[in-house]
Amino acid sequence: MFNWLERRPFFFAVGVFLTVAFAGIIEIIPDFAKQSQPTVGTKPYTVLELAGRQVYIKDSCNACHSQMIRPFKSETDRYGMYSLSGEYAYDRPFLWGSKRTGPDLLRVGNYRTTDWHENHMKDPASVMPGTIMPAYPHMFENIADIATAYANANTQKQVFAVPYDQEGMPKLGSWSDTQAKALEYAKIIAADMKDQKVKDAIADGKIPEIVALIAYLNSLK
Amino acid sequence: MSNSSAIDYDYSIAKAFTFATILFGIIGMLVGVILAFQMAFPELNNLAGEYGTFGRLRPLHTNGVAFGFALSGIFATWYYISQRVLKVSLKESPFLMGVARLHFLLYFITILLAVVTLITGFTTSKEYAELEWPLDLLVVVWWVLWGVSIFGIIGIRRERTMYISIWYYIATFLAIAMFYLFNNVEIPTMFFSNGAPSSWMHSISGYAGTNDALVQWWYGHNAVGFVFTVPIIAMIYYFLPKESGQNVFSYKLSILAFWGLLFVYVWAGGHHLIYSTVPDWMQTMGSAMSIVLILPSWGSAINMLLTMKGEWSQLQTNPLIKFLIMASTFYMLSTIEGPIQSIKSVNAIAHFTDWIPGHVHDGTLGWVAFMIMAALFHMAPRMYKREIYSKSLMETQFWIQTVAIVLYFTSMWIAGITQGMMWRAYDQYGSLVYSFIDTVNVLQPYYTIRGVGGLLYFIGFIMFAWNMYKTATSSRVLDKEPATASPMGL
Repeated sequence: MFNWLERRPFFFAVGVFLTVAFAGIIEIIPDFAKQSQPTVGTKPYTVLELAGRQVYIKDSCNACHSQMIRPFKSETDRYGMYSLSGEYAYDRPFLWGSKRTGPDLLRVGNYRTTDWHENHMKDPASVMPGTIMPAYPHMFENIADIATAYANANTQKQVFAVPYDQEGMPKLGSWSDTQAKALEYAKIIAADMKDQKVKDAIADGKIPEIVALIAYLNSLK
Repeated sequence: MSNSSAIDYDYSIAKAFTFATILFGIIGMLVGVILAFQMAFPELNNLAGEYGTFGRLRPLHTNGVAFGFALSGIFATWYYISQRVLKVSLKESPFLMGVARLHFLLYFITILLAVVTLITGFTTSKEYAELEWPLDLLVVVWWVLWGVSIFGIIGIRRERTMYISIWYYIATFLAIAMFYLFNNVEIPTMFFSNGAPSSWMHSISGYAGTNDALVQWWYGHNAVGFVFTVPIIAMIYYFLPKESGQNVFSYKLSILAFWGLLFVYVWAGGHHLIYSTVPDWMQTMGSAMSIVLILPSWGSAINMLLTMKGEWSQLQTNPLIKFLIMASTFYMLSTIEGPIQSIKSVNAIAHFTDWIPGHVHDGTLGWVAFMIMAALFHMAPRMYKREIYSKSLMETQFWIQTVAIVLYFTSMWIAGITQGMMWRAYDQYGSLVYSFIDTVNVLQPYYTIRGVGGLLYFIGFIMFAWNMYKTATSSRVLDKEPATASPMGL
């Protein structure tokens, strides 16, 4: 049979494809719908948080930090409750990471504050002596891309039926509504910060990346 | 597989991809060395503002070596091997020649654009699938062109039976096409901006949360499988018999190993998600199939080692054979290490630690890169009609790089297991013994050793590049093509 196949590229290729595709079909399809159900109480990210999540992705924080707490006592003692599938229902993309050069961040909002993050992102060793985390001074200068975060949220709402604008869920509204709302949220965060440039930018109606990032990190609970 | 002097093979595309292999190899490995030292000496993160941090450079390294270096090597060997084992020259078909040229051109442009976009922060965050949607579309175009090239050359072949290497290239093409398409399902958000001035480059994944993870690691594991394993086996099945003048040990074993590998490999993707929130049965399946995967992996490797039966003395005389045999040996090491890490209780310690990059690198440095460099060394005298410039340089490179790999994986084994054990250490009162920062500080010496290993490997690669450059330009001209062992200068 193999001798026959090796002379017939078409059938050979079909055989190869079926052999490779088989596992994916059996593995992925059966549980697909069940996986995507949100846990009760899980809400989609607000636009400012999404903008912060985009900063997290832009600088590949996930290269060194996981967001996946495994069901071991040593992990739940350190990071909190183990992960549930439904908690990730609105994560596009998922950010589990595959390496913990730094600690897990899935519930970092429970035990770190705005003030701590500000110091840490500006000079990590000031709050964590011996750390190998880089400083991120550019996040205090760069302005967060709220417009793309708004498009991101709208895509989730329209294409994937994520429940924005529903009872008890974050509101999107129009682009100008979103801008106003994001700035209002940013002001609350910036009030806990010391950096003068950040305060000036906020007063000027602009939201630096660091503010969006902290909004996102604070939302991780 | 005999030399056919009647056919005038065209190596222009193979040469172009050889150049790309060396260029992207230098860039990708240099970035890797920088990353390694950043972990030992974090001040190195802030040398180039936001463009020089670990986070920005890491995708550049992984994409640079996987899709720049390794893929170029795969294409270079394809355009070399396919003509010779199918007994047809690219020149015979102007259409296929045009396809091949376009394939190279679009591929090269894509990788350059990848460098620019990754370093400026355009990434989807999904490992080995970081490129944003416009680049993904470009990838699809040249991947299809490669497919046209594969089936086009097969279509006009003179040798009816497809040699083993061709099987593996076909499998690479089809499998990656499937994985890439499904994993990169993404929606550009600009279509739903609702009047906001949003970025046209941005997209979000078509899957959410656990599903996204599942599809990603079904892809991620098999990107490793079908870029770093399958086409590399295609190479060794061609180049080891050619360079040594020996027949492949067992045809039956090669069939068993091929179909076995294709069937089992994809299942093993689940081992990236052990103890995560994907269904339990899938984790167990991933773990079990990873163990089964030893069989087809070692099947190929043993087939290669036994091909040298009775001719082991060639190891002493020909450094190219050293590279090939060492590649095969590292393949065996890596394919026993992976299954060990996939056992659930071992994975509980190994996952998220430096043992994982350690494992990746004994595979990629020892198996993939050794095999690709050996392949290009073997091709050079046939493509450029000159002998290899320097045997002693090749010999030195071999030993420097072998030592480099040993430094790399031993330090990462120790680092990974140390960290994994410290994370879970409890004292007699039931409290965690170490804070996270303790487990970081303890790794500093191992990170330094790893950096030195990486640097040595990079130096070896520069020696390779130099040797290839001299071979192509100023080495002694050959009057006829060597039949087996590649001729070398001092």
